Amino acid sequence: MSVKSTAARSSRGGAKRRGGAGRKPELVQLLTPEGERVEHSEYSIDLTPEELRGLYRDMVFTRRFDGEAVTLQRQGELGLWASLLGQEAAQIGSGRATRPDDYVFPTYREHGVAWTRGVDPLNLLGMFRGVNNGGWDPNLNNFHLYTIVIGSQALHATGYAMGVAKDGADSAVIAYFGDGASSQGDVAEAFTFAAVYNAPVVFFCQNNQWAISEPTERQTRVPIYQRAAGFGFPGVRVDGNDVLAVLAVTRAALEHARSGEGPMLVEAFTYRMGAHTTSDDATRYRLDEETEEWAAKDPIARLKAYLANEGLADETFFAEVEAESDALAKRVREGVRAMPNPEPMAIFDNIYADGHALVDEERAQFAAYQASFEGSEEGAAR
Amino acid sequence: MTSPKTMTIAKAINESLRTSLETDPKVLVMGEDVGKLGGVFRVTDGLQKDFGEERVIDTPLAESGIVGTAIGLALRGYRPVVEIQFDGFVFPAYDQIVTQLAKMHARALGKVKLPVVIRIPYGGGIGAVEHHSESPEALFAHVPGLKVVSPATPSDAYWMMRQATECDDPVIFFEPKRRYWDKGEVDTAAVPAPLHRARIAREGTDLTLAAYGPMVKTCLEAAAAAEEEGHSLEVLDLRSMSPIDFDTLQASVEKTRRLVVVHEAPVFLGTGAEVAARITERCFYHLEAPVLRVGGFHAPYPPARLEEDYLPNLDRVLDAVDRALAF
Repeated sequence: MSVKSTAARSSRGGAKRRGGAGRKPELVQLLTPEGERVEHSEYSIDLTPEELRGLYRDMVFTRRFDGEAVTLQRQGELGLWASLLGQEAAQIGSGRATRPDDYVFPTYREHGVAWTRGVDPLNLLGMFRGVNNGGWDPNLNNFHLYTIVIGSQALHATGYAMGVAKDGADSAVIAYFGDGASSQGDVAEAFTFAAVYNAPVVFFCQNNQWAISEPTERQTRVPIYQRAAGFGFPGVRVDGNDVLAVLAVTRAALEHARSGEGPMLVEAFTYRMGAHTTSDDATRYRLDEETEEWAAKDPIARLKAYLANEGLADETFFAEVEAESDALAKRVREGVRAMPNPEPMAIFDNIYADGHALVDEERAQFAAYQASFEGSEEGAAR
Repeated sequence: MTSPKTMTIAKAINESLRTSLETDPKVLVMGEDVGKLGGVFRVTDGLQKDFGEERVIDTPLAESGIVGTAIGLALRGYRPVVEIQFDGFVFPAYDQIVTQLAKMHARALGKVKLPVVIRIPYGGGIGAVEHHSESPEALFAHVPGLKVVSPATPSDAYWMMRQATECDDPVIFFEPKRRYWDKGEVDTAAVPAPLHRARIAREGTDLTLAAYGPMVKTCLEAAAAAEEEGHSLEVLDLRSMSPIDFDTLQASVEKTRRLVVVHEAPVFLGTGAEVAARITERCFYHLEAPVLRVGGFHAPYPPARLEEDYLPNLDRVLDAVDRALAF
């Protein structure tokens, strides 16, 4: 076969791909897809029934809220939404591993982590509705703003962690990113800085198998967690759809960072059940059978099975959680619809902390321009 | 009370950083080779010895990493002053500066501050190899959220660095590297002018030369030469490219009625273009001639053997002065 014809075949791209470098990875698992508890030689967890039910509740709420956001986008209430469907365990497990004094640096898909940090889901929707570009006080919940440029936040997390170490605090920092971001220079630089300064940061990679349309094998030839070794710190791959394993591994990684051992990389092996965003069409590049395969590993279903089989929760509980999540969705729906558009003059707000003559001048000019409509026909129509 | 001391621009920045490190425990100095070596220009000489490796930090050789981690440190409450070793090496960090540093205060609705100073030795005239002689200031002045300044004298180097370090916004601090060894008086007990206020470096009546950083000296030399020919030129040191002090500039041009803007950076869409547009708008009825610009060409910075031809010098400035006066 000539080179040319190979190129032509691949560029035609008729065949859809199966995502995921390494189909049968070594990973830490404490709860099988069937809902059976298994033990792991290095990582263990012992939760009370109430804690287990709490994780279930978190995941159901997150999924319900996420689904509501997708609907709101379809109804035109949001401009865009990046769904986390399928990644609930990776986010709830890791988020619940953090302490209040820890600091979280998310991407734009960490809705479940935000929930565990106490960020009101409505706050997350502002930027997707287009009423702000961030919209919450990061220091209120130690949850930084969503970061859209891929991988940038890994460096912010590392710098923040360097500061934590300088302060002599025993907090840890966690940086979220995805399999696509693992190709970014900023992530590699973050690994380098974190390693040489021994910064207390956990790099939490949700490998959801797809960076929009590109499978993980387009990003890496080795499992992502193995990259840590080259930088001189430990890496571990965990079943990202197993909330118990994610919680156990992330707790250990954060403890590793807190105890002065430096950074650690956690690769949560999971799957993006939805499209990249509401603007994406995943049917163009991946197979339904792959999605079905991952649906059988659903993070919520497996915990539900475990809770039911072990008699840790009954139908009343599941029904309550369902009802509460509906109430949450209702609150979100109504809250988004009531979210006002910002005033035009808000364009000039908070550009500088110490002021700037040009901003002052343009603000005054724009205010005068706006005022010129007042009382006129156009003004009345505005 | 200390009396004014004579020192170089490099030493003035060093003294300024020393004062900031002494007075504010949150100030950090970061960059490649800023520690034992004292930076390739020795601007941070002795600082690590006196303030330790925890505060004067040698970083890995990765500019995006330097700025990105400085952002994180600022979010933690620190005030990092980072060095980019040369102008041409800032671009790996450009993404962090433009997409993150500049916008984060606004994105957080004002709830976080980003007091990060990025020091960049810039400009040509030192016979360097490629990427060591550039003037990218307009690329930063164009970005909302950043402040951009450049001192021309040791006194300004000292005080503007002090003010930049105390500023709660990100400041890109362009240091005129070919003037690092120029000497002047620094009064560390003085009351400095505001950071973004332009300075009349020389008074005159016939035409205003506006410049900043390394070109201020060139313009002063041009004004001295013009005086011999009977022309009185005012030299205005802008000091700040974002924001630009158009009020001081306007007052000068209303007096002299002619303006020539000089910088090393390419003229096309440069600082001079903005100055020309704004001053034309503000001083339309006062101008006797169009605002003229002297600066770099739309060409890559040339090899060192050609840089004397490329850089604005006395003759090129005076040529523009003659053309403006001929209107």
